[in-house]
Amino acid sequence: MIRKFFDKIGASNVFLIVVVVIFAVVLVINPAACVQAFSGFLRLLIRMLPILALVFGIIFLTNLLINPKSISRHLGERSSIRGWLIAIAGGIISTGPIYMWYPLLSDLQEKGMKTAYIAAFLYNRAIKIPLLPMMVFYFGVRYTVVLTIYMVLFSILNGLAVERLITQKKGDR
Amino acid sequence: MITKQRLESAGVSVLKSMKMSVPVLIGVILLISLVTNLVPKKTFSYLFRGNLITDVLTGGVIGSVAAGNPLTSYVIGGELLKQGISFAAVTAFILGWVTVGMVQLPAESLMLGKKFALVRNGLSFLMALVIAVLTVLTLGVL
Repeated sequence: MIRKFFDKIGASNVFLIVVVVIFAVVLVINPAACVQAFSGFLRLLIRMLPILALVFGIIFLTNLLINPKSISRHLGERSSIRGWLIAIAGGIISTGPIYMWYPLLSDLQEKGMKTAYIAAFLYNRAIKIPLLPMMVFYFGVRYTVVLTIYMVLFSILNGLAVERLITQKKGDR
Repeated sequence: MITKQRLESAGVSVLKSMKMSVPVLIGVILLISLVTNLVPKKTFSYLFRGNLITDVLTGGVIGSVAAGNPLTSYVIGGELLKQGISFAAVTAFILGWVTVGMVQLPAESLMLGKKFALVRNGLSFLMALVIAVLTVLTLGVL
């Protein structure tokens, strides 16, 4: 019965309902914190709207202009240095929070983007060029440079390992 | 060439993507706002005990479950350093914060697959610990 309900309204709506229920519980326990959290939500949402528009704009343009075959060729199963560079650079230069990019990656995944590149893209989202000066301010130039280099290198390792483990798991079934 | 059919098809793809992702994104933003408001920033420093290995692990775990702008992790990390917490623990904390997302895990699972999300976040957590140690070893500040 629960499964039928899930299928009917969709997993993404179930997730939102669960979060709203958690909010309602907090509202009963600590109304002041809940009101503060809700105003924080509204501020964050307003800040995210331009990024969300950008993401859906990119989804529209990739569907309109890019042939799925060319995505498979550049970012598909046959890995290449160019593919890694696109994933790493894309992750670094993309703005906004990581979850805003899930819809686009999901779309590219359907079109054949390699799992390793998706993982590498997401790992490199941790490197924010506009925030590097702040990291330098708190931790110094040497620390920032060393950490950033390790993060880029480990993003490739992360991508390869995620792909390998997922493929193995699929093979185990 | 852009035809009417291609325009329609691209529009349908965007609408499909919005239908699936907008409720999830709203849920994640709600959760992040809630966690950020309910957990005071000073709470973090009480959890470190002065043992390098457990502190690195603690840093990674706290960073992974915390949510918010990476800038906040730098500010908290800077404060933790001032309080005498090791560089390795602070690095694990920052890396956990920026590379692992427990709050957004349900959203990642729904949109990119449950296995992918679990494996990716699990590996990112382990890598946060490894990079933290490697960074301080490289800098010679351990």
